[in-house]
Amino acid sequence: MISPQRSPPGSSSQSPRSPSAPPFLSVTVTDPVKLGNGVQAYISYRVITKTNLPEYQGPEKIVIRRYSDFVWLHDRLAEKYKGIFIPPLPEKSAVEKFRFSAEFIEMRRQALDIFINRIASHPQLKQSEDLRTFLQEDEETMERARFQETGIFKKKPADLIQIFKDVQSKVSDVVLGKEKPVEESNPEYEKLKHYIFELEDHLAEAQKQAYRLVKRHRELGQSLSDFGKAIKLLGACEGDSIGKVFSDLGSKSELLSIKLQKENDRNQLVMQAHNLLMNFEEPLKDYVRAVQSIKATMVDRANAFRQQCELAETTKLKEINLDKLMLMRSEKAMEAEIEYKELKAESEEATRRFETIVKLMSEEMVRFQEQKTADLGLAFHEFAKGQAKLANEIADAWRSLIPKIDACSPSLCS
Amino acid sequence: MESLVLSDVASDYRSSMSSSLSAAADDCDPLLSPPPPLSTAASSSSSFLDPPSYADVVFSPLDSQNGAAPDRPPLRRDSSSPRSDRAAASEYAKITVSDPEKEQDAVNSLVPGGGTYMTYLVTSRTRAGGAEFHVRRRFRDVVTLADRLAEAYRGYFIPPRPDKNVVESQVMQKHEFVEQRRSAIEKYLWRLAVHPVIGKSEELRAFLQAQGKLPLPTSTDMASRMLDGAVRLPKQLFGEGLAGYVTPQDAVQPAKWGRDLLRIFKELKQSMANDWGAAKPPVVEEDKEFLERKEKMQDLEQQLSTASQQAEALVKAQQDIGETMGQLGLAFIKLTKLENVESIYNSQRVRATDAKNVATAAVKASRLYRELNVQTVKHLDTLHEYLGLMLAVHGAFSDRASALLTVQTLMSDLSSLHTRIDKLEAASSKIFGGDRSRMRKVEELKETIRVTEDAKCCALREYGRIKSDFPFLGFYWQALESKNL
Repeated sequence: MISPQRSPPGSSSQSPRSPSAPPFLSVTVTDPVKLGNGVQAYISYRVITKTNLPEYQGPEKIVIRRYSDFVWLHDRLAEKYKGIFIPPLPEKSAVEKFRFSAEFIEMRRQALDIFINRIASHPQLKQSEDLRTFLQEDEETMERARFQETGIFKKKPADLIQIFKDVQSKVSDVVLGKEKPVEESNPEYEKLKHYIFELEDHLAEAQKQAYRLVKRHRELGQSLSDFGKAIKLLGACEGDSIGKVFSDLGSKSELLSIKLQKENDRNQLVMQAHNLLMNFEEPLKDYVRAVQSIKATMVDRANAFRQQCELAETTKLKEINLDKLMLMRSEKAMEAEIEYKELKAESEEATRRFETIVKLMSEEMVRFQEQKTADLGLAFHEFAKGQAKLANEIADAWRSLIPKIDACSPSLCS
Repeated sequence: MESLVLSDVASDYRSSMSSSLSAAADDCDPLLSPPPPLSTAASSSSSFLDPPSYADVVFSPLDSQNGAAPDRPPLRRDSSSPRSDRAAASEYAKITVSDPEKEQDAVNSLVPGGGTYMTYLVTSRTRAGGAEFHVRRRFRDVVTLADRLAEAYRGYFIPPRPDKNVVESQVMQKHEFVEQRRSAIEKYLWRLAVHPVIGKSEELRAFLQAQGKLPLPTSTDMASRMLDGAVRLPKQLFGEGLAGYVTPQDAVQPAKWGRDLLRIFKELKQSMANDWGAAKPPVVEEDKEFLERKEKMQDLEQQLSTASQQAEALVKAQQDIGETMGQLGLAFIKLTKLENVESIYNSQRVRATDAKNVATAAVKASRLYRELNVQTVKHLDTLHEYLGLMLAVHGAFSDRASALLTVQTLMSDLSSLHTRIDKLEAASSKIFGGDRSRMRKVEELKETIRVTEDAKCCALREYGRIKSDFPFLGFYWQALESKNL
């Protein structure tokens, strides 16, 4: 997991104009602050950019941004860089009450930090002008830019998936009069699509279980502490009970006051629950989002393919028409030829766009797989470590209890 | 099934626990083999005598192949501990219940599948004689024994018998159920044997040693009691005074629902008069010590029940976490399969291996959690058993209270009878020569008074006995609870 303290993800490419030090771009998202009041309250984050790249205004720049600004950046990049898996954003929270809880804010801050750093370390994305705008412009410019773009480029993930489904089942353009939907018939790509869909399902399942696990840890902590309290009360009431009848049990009351240290156990479990949430469940959720981003790219690819096909068809028709006109030596031939040339250029453009996407996608897949392996490996490591630590501590706590029990009443155990 | 072996000493209430445990086991990935069955305590009779040892819970997962608990050496108690002293003091050296067998009733019943029941081989040996007795008993016999003991030893702390289960005959024959019942019966018999008074009782001896049919009068079931009572009630209400009183032998028993309806109503009226009436009843509970201890007992019971509730919540939380761990492991295994099947890049394979390792670990952890839970359930079971014992205490207290109530009722009966006689005599004296019918009435009432006085004496005696036995109850309680520690 990329933590805020990690060393800046250095760019691998060397710019010919690079200064003596290797070029770097490091961004940090910190310091969430609640601004505004009532319904319009929101959280603002401080974004600190440190760089030595010449395109930037200076070695260090601090701006204030809010979640909607991040969304703007994401959407702009998605528009401009089709074929690239845009790093995913954390979700908007639907529940009002939850929006300002400390845990949620921290989770979001971390996710935004990771988001911006992934962009800053992506070979193509980091050169984006929009990124520079985001990182440097003052707040008013940012707000203006944001309002301009609202509504045009906004797409929700649910819509994307819907479009994807539509693409698969949609009847093609009535103008072309085709019956079958236009789709790539690349077997490798088919395999990839299938893989991505399956992956999303399994990941969602794993993430769900991880979330449940977090909840269970909390519950267990609660139960342990409740139980400790109840036992303590039990011990208290037996202390001076029916004389010698309860002498054996009575000594338990000492032992049971020791149970107070069970409070420790509960805290451990709660901490572990939190730890699990941040370092295990979040990465899994992030993985799921990344996969969804891939699916968005697939939609783009499908669209581009369709466009290319359509244009190719139209161009061909135009060509046939042109030939006909040329044969008939009609006056319309001139116009037709100009039209034809325009259309051909467009068609070539569409083809080029599509091929760019294909190429980018394959590169991106490699990157994606490698990065995911690293991320997940780290998450697993944290998970294992956390669980081991928890188990050890609990075992120690119980173990230290045994000699105390032995001491206070020998007749209790043998 | 692993759960069957693990729930070797489970008691009735835990049947739902163990069935949910086995359900969880079913979800387990079939690729991973189930842990080998525990080779714990060879004889089940010694298993419930073992004290909860915390050393058992601390087992290292690295030692065992797939997460099963290592062998727990059955612990031997040294003879210096007070528990073995109690056991040594009992008349019986050994009681075991084993070998459940299905038997057919001689009578063909209407219910298909009915008429079959389970019998158990009860083996016992007395400390004195050393001779072993083997008898076959069914659960109905256990119920009979419990009822007779309750009647004979009114006022004592009588250990509660295992629950009757109202289930269909199909469930009755399932191995799990039979096993639970077997061990519950064994525990119960042992508790009776250890009891300083009941252990020496004839009823217990008859149960353990009399061959063939159990020579104790069987309890009448509810239906026949109701019939009986329905017959008697009209006589009591409308009939002559003779049918309406309580006989001395009845007075020493609590009023039974169904049979002694009239008496129950009278006693109910009396208890309400006690609570709400202005006058104090002639005899009251005065023993301060008793009242104090009763209060303490109630407090204890409250705490026990809270603690036991929390224990159950704890067990559930542990079970949940184990289950979720298992599910998580499963999800990752699926992921692994996916990555392996459709892998294009090397990084995928690396990731697949990672995921598989995590999955395996998670499933192992889940197993361990379940192990932990089984242990926890077993050890925390003591709490629940205490609660069961509180039932015995309740029984004793209510015996005392009902005996007192009987006395009070009879006394107020007597006083009202006297009043009636006085009235009748006053009225009849006004008529010259005496009123024959009234004089007859007076004679009948005097007869009733005589019988009622007798009954009152018996009831008073019974109450006195229960009261005087109370100091000794402390010992019995200690005997019972030391058994369970």
